Amino acid sequence: MPKLKKGNKKFLKGKLRIILLVITIIATLGTLAGCGKKETKKSKDNKTQQASSSQPIKLLNVSYDPTRELYKEFNESFIKHWKEKTGEVVDIQQSHGGSGKQARSVIDGLEADVVTLALAYDIDSINTKKELIKSDWQKRLSDNSTPYTSTIVFLVRKGNPKNIKDWDDLVKPGVSVITPNPKTSGGARWNYLAAWGYALEKNGKDQNKAKEFVQKLFKNVPILDTGARASTTTFVERGIGDVLIAWENEAYLADKEFGEGKFEIVIPSVSILAEPPVSVVDSNVDKKGTRKVAEAYLEYLYSDEGQEIAAKNFYRPRSEKVSKNYEDKFPKINLFTIDEVFGGWQKAQEEHFNDGGIFDEIYIKK
Amino acid sequence: MKSFVKSLKIKEYSIIPGFGLTTGFTILYISFLILIPLSMVFINSSNMGWDNFWKVVTEERVLASFKITFGAAFIATLINTIFGLLLAWTLVRYDFVGRKIIDAIIDLPFALPTAVAGITLTTLYSQEGWIGKYLNLLGIKVSFSFLGIVVALSFVGFPFVVRTVQPVLLNLDKEFEEAASTLGATRIQTFIKVIFPEMLPALLTGFSLAFSRTLGEYGSVVFISGNMPMKTEISPLIIMTKLEQYDYSGATAVAAVMLIISFIMLFIINLFQWWNATRHNIR
Repeated sequence: MPKLKKGNKKFLKGKLRIILLVITIIATLGTLAGCGKKETKKSKDNKTQQASSSQPIKLLNVSYDPTRELYKEFNESFIKHWKEKTGEVVDIQQSHGGSGKQARSVIDGLEADVVTLALAYDIDSINTKKELIKSDWQKRLSDNSTPYTSTIVFLVRKGNPKNIKDWDDLVKPGVSVITPNPKTSGGARWNYLAAWGYALEKNGKDQNKAKEFVQKLFKNVPILDTGARASTTTFVERGIGDVLIAWENEAYLADKEFGEGKFEIVIPSVSILAEPPVSVVDSNVDKKGTRKVAEAYLEYLYSDEGQEIAAKNFYRPRSEKVSKNYEDKFPKINLFTIDEVFGGWQKAQEEHFNDGGIFDEIYIKK
Repeated sequence: MKSFVKSLKIKEYSIIPGFGLTTGFTILYISFLILIPLSMVFINSSNMGWDNFWKVVTEERVLASFKITFGAAFIATLINTIFGLLLAWTLVRYDFVGRKIIDAIIDLPFALPTAVAGITLTTLYSQEGWIGKYLNLLGIKVSFSFLGIVVALSFVGFPFVVRTVQPVLLNLDKEFEEAASTLGATRIQTFIKVIFPEMLPALLTGFSLAFSRTLGEYGSVVFISGNMPMKTEISPLIIMTKLEQYDYSGATAVAAVMLIISFIMLFIINLFQWWNATRHNIR
């Protein structure tokens, strides 16, 4: 044994040096490559290629979790519409996951043609972290590029045993509230901001009172799940909590899937207008030559058919014409927007949810 | 140059050629799969500057999460070590009906996606669940508490100790024990002085494997822990929340600290193992 050791040591010394050298070289090259910009010279060739071939045009819609059912139905409708209009065959692929995670995938190179996410902040990030989308994206389609909306409501157990009517009832002692973690879930951020906005309105825009209110509310939260679907499971399947704060569409869906009258939807007096935005990913559609279809795809969301499908999937349509057919399903609530109360997503994210923000304070300073 | 090339080679030639090729492949493989990805963690966090790095990793929430993660992983691994040893012992030393089946079942946690494990455990141990219902009567809360994290991590790290100790026990000659007993050792003395030292290296290996596996566990824990900041929030979740804010360097900073701490712990365990080996003059 000792005989070998000597040789080994020498070998290690020389080899180690080389190994280290190789690793550093590869690592530096890797970082440099990562930092470098990827220019798209081929975009023009691709364009002509795709137009002339009879291959189906491929679109990738990167979306977030609860839109799975909505886009399944919408895609079918759009494929038919596009075939009738232009004769071209479109093949649409869907990708679902947490909104923030989906945005990161796009930033990291997932070649999405369109993104349909839960909050404008996530699409903004695709623009700010790696300019894949032009900064005026929110102005390119009507209604701030949000073809459908939703709001935050409460789901309670049958008969509403704790008699929950409005936000005030959620901060009462002994009421257990289920909501996901705003740090990991985009949907949860809407919940949090809805509560904050309500408290502001009630207390004459007093920010401190609003903070107190939200702090009290989160004291009643026994579990912070990482995503909205997980929270729904906790409430519906595990039977934990008296009330679930959820998107209206998610509440309807939970009621439909598990329901049979096991739950009731309670609509608060004031809530937030949840606006899930959509956008084409400019650099990707230009590279792939799919801009025309991608834009038409998003515009089709605003058509009567698109709005109808959104409404059927429990999203509030923007079109007044379609809304009329669903008035009983979507009662009028006093809704405020992020821009009015919080000055936009960037600001809201920075103040409330980033590390060291108000949400952290709620938990750290007791 | 010649001497340099010479120094690259092992002096003793093996019968089968191919040292250069296989070593090159090994290095390449390890580089692409382990070294470069891990070095990216440090490179990514290094561009935030030392002050920022320190600020991120000493944040109250992050510190609390380290405590929870390492504490729970340590407790879970300790439990696994004790009961893994027991299980391995039973499986090797006794013959009973269904032994082969139990032996096969031990590996199942490896095959199960951890998210599934997390959901199943949560349902089982929540206050309405089959087991949780009764524990709740005793005032023990498993799901959505620190205990829940320990349960999930015990599940995930379960097979390691059994699978490392088992072969050693199998290879242990009966003669050792017989010799010990003819020399007048009691059964307990035989176990402590003869069998246990033989198993110790394997036990330590199992411990370190299970420990490092449970440290990074995310999938199952997020379901069962309840994720309450300062109480049941694990470090991998902190990393996820940082990613959700597009704070890549912050996330890698936390990851880097986890890597460093676990590296130090593995190093200590290896040191102990080496000390143990030299003390007993094995190898």
